[in-house]
Amino acid sequence: MTDQTTNSIAFVADGTIPPSPPPAGETGPIKWLRENLFSNAVNSVLTILALLAIYMILARILPWVLNGVWTTSSLAECREVLQGKVGACFSVLTERWNQLLYGFKYPVDQYWRPNLALVLLLVAIAPVLFFDLPRKLLAFTAVYPFLAFWLIWGGTILAPIVALLGFAAGAFVFQTYGKSSFAIGFFGAIAAAFAVWIIGGALIPEGASDNAMLQAVPSRDLGGFMLNLMLGVTCVSLSLPLGIALALGRQSDMPLIKWICVIFIEFVRGVPLITLLFVASVMLAYFFPPESTVDLFLRVVIMITMFSAAYIAEVIRGGLAALPKGQYEAADSLGLDYPQAMRLIILPQALKISIPGIVNVAVGLFKDTTLVSVISMFDLVGMIRGPILASTEWNGVYWELLGFAALLFFVVCYGISQYSQWLERRLATDHR
Amino acid sequence: MKKSVFLGAMAFAGLAAGAASAGTLDDVKARGKLNCGVTTGLVGFAAPNASGEWEGFDVAVCRAVAAAVLGDSTAVEFVPTTGKTRFTALASGEIDMLARNTTWTFSRDVDLKFEFVGINYYDGQGFMVPKELGVSSAKELDGATVCIQTGTTTELNLADFFRSNNISYEPVPIETNAEAQQQYLAGSCDVYTTDASGLAATRATFDDPSGHAILPEIISKEPLGPLVRHGDHEWGDVVRWTLNAMIAAEELGVTSANIGEMSAGTDNPEINRLLGTEGTLGEMLGLSADWAKNAVAANGNYGEVFAKTIGEDTPVGLARGLNAQWTEGGLLYAPPFR
Repeated sequence: MTDQTTNSIAFVADGTIPPSPPPAGETGPIKWLRENLFSNAVNSVLTILALLAIYMILARILPWVLNGVWTTSSLAECREVLQGKVGACFSVLTERWNQLLYGFKYPVDQYWRPNLALVLLLVAIAPVLFFDLPRKLLAFTAVYPFLAFWLIWGGTILAPIVALLGFAAGAFVFQTYGKSSFAIGFFGAIAAAFAVWIIGGALIPEGASDNAMLQAVPSRDLGGFMLNLMLGVTCVSLSLPLGIALALGRQSDMPLIKWICVIFIEFVRGVPLITLLFVASVMLAYFFPPESTVDLFLRVVIMITMFSAAYIAEVIRGGLAALPKGQYEAADSLGLDYPQAMRLIILPQALKISIPGIVNVAVGLFKDTTLVSVISMFDLVGMIRGPILASTEWNGVYWELLGFAALLFFVVCYGISQYSQWLERRLATDHR
Repeated sequence: MKKSVFLGAMAFAGLAAGAASAGTLDDVKARGKLNCGVTTGLVGFAAPNASGEWEGFDVAVCRAVAAAVLGDSTAVEFVPTTGKTRFTALASGEIDMLARNTTWTFSRDVDLKFEFVGINYYDGQGFMVPKELGVSSAKELDGATVCIQTGTTTELNLADFFRSNNISYEPVPIETNAEAQQQYLAGSCDVYTTDASGLAATRATFDDPSGHAILPEIISKEPLGPLVRHGDHEWGDVVRWTLNAMIAAEELGVTSANIGEMSAGTDNPEINRLLGTEGTLGEMLGLSADWAKNAVAANGNYGEVFAKTIGEDTPVGLARGLNAQWTEGGLLYAPPFR
């Protein structure tokens, strides 16, 4: 039987024919090219023009970068090495690396301190940025500002401890009395904090910073990208709560608070940042006797914080306005008081709406920190425009230095922007 | 804690402001440090080096004053100032003296209430053009675009010069010297004008310095010198005579190399008076007898400082010119130490 079957039938297909590959023009890169780049005459022309433009740009930049000189000690030597060929003089970056990052006066053997502060910053900021992390880490975040102050400025450890105790005392008073009456708790907390600061300040012995464990570094010695990062981080983290308070104050029913907030926001928004910085560096010096001026870094932080707080307040006001009135009424009908309603119902929604705007302000603020170079603080741009370009070795190097500055800022700002997009996706609860 | 200091300062600012203006000399001695205003960076005149130490022609004046007053040329806090912040920094008392290649003009001296104590560099405004332009005199610059730093005396001089010669120009306003260099090289302007010392320093950094010419016309007087606040004459005298001591030391042949030997006593009574082995000049100033010796020992006499920072052997490559001693045809003329 078997034999008969096999022999009597000429052909039996015992499987499907393997599929033949699609025609060459309908698959892989060629199809992609045809569909995306050369779909019609206009697109083809545009593609060719774009390729030409890319080629021309790369043809100029690549030899410049690849021919770069990294090891000479002055621009003249660079030119000697290059012998008239096209090439960048990256030696300025290697020779002045520390100056670009830390300024020219921070003690060289103490660079580990800002480095450590930066690493700890990442640890401290993580639980704030990524709320899936355990909440206990926030304790470190609370201590971090004082730790960072001590690490970067050095001097006696008593100063940051007294500052921390002041805040702790304020928080304690607010916790105890704030429940019965917000006003008593609030003003009591401020009074307690100041009492601790004044008493503690008096207890710190004169000259305690002279032989401290960490050598004291005055604010004027800070500089480089470190200064930009410090200003950026400090001002963003201070202006966010201040901005929220201003936005809520502007919506308040109490006329005094409302008008103070309105006038503050409108005034500060109506003045260029550079004017505020000039006031901080020049005018304030007139108001104080020569020996008791406020630290320049602190003055600048106050001004930049005021400036960005006004902007953030308006961004958050936009978020508050976007909430339907029903949300406010829902909070009222649940019997929540004002702080609870804000904390539990209104702000979480309003802030979520405001994220893109807040990030926009934060990125802008971070880049605006370079403006301090006009009041003779040596941030990254100040270092480049002042000391480095004015040295006899490096006078005349522009692209390499400013390109490096642009790269550093791009890395940080792109990071912020990516984080905000992640945050928006993570918080997306709408039903689109 | 800083905040309590801040509040206290706020409250007492008004009260203390009057009392704080005691003698600057006493303030500096009590502080143990001289606060000296310098530029944020100008090739050869003041800039921090790779290890962060300030050096340059103006910096040397600060160091000499610190050495004369405190006996330590490193006891200086250099306060960098921009063209816009320099005068307020001095007027507000943030700095004790300003050594920031500042031109001595009538209004700055009289109206802004400062006291220029002398001239440490005689400068003048010049023009630089690319050689291929074929210009040999500034009077041929009719219709040229000119790169010019804003907010300086050079801007006003330029307008005066072109008006008095009845020719036209188009200004390209620029903020800093570094920016001007780049604009000029990129061809945004035909001519760059600033102080002749600045032009020389700028040209020295070019890829091809020989392709650019500095025109012979010097269209203004730019006497640059250190200045102090009006009204504190004791302090003004200290800075003035420290500068004079540096200039006189060169005239008398006192250098940082032979100063040790000379201060043991010489046959020249003026050298002896200068170095404090004779007379009581230091006491009259309220300083120690060896004040001038310290000032000169700090970075050498005027000629040594010039040669070290901006002289012909440095990349800046300036000739002495007007800044030679009066005995050699220049304008440097220190009054007698008597």
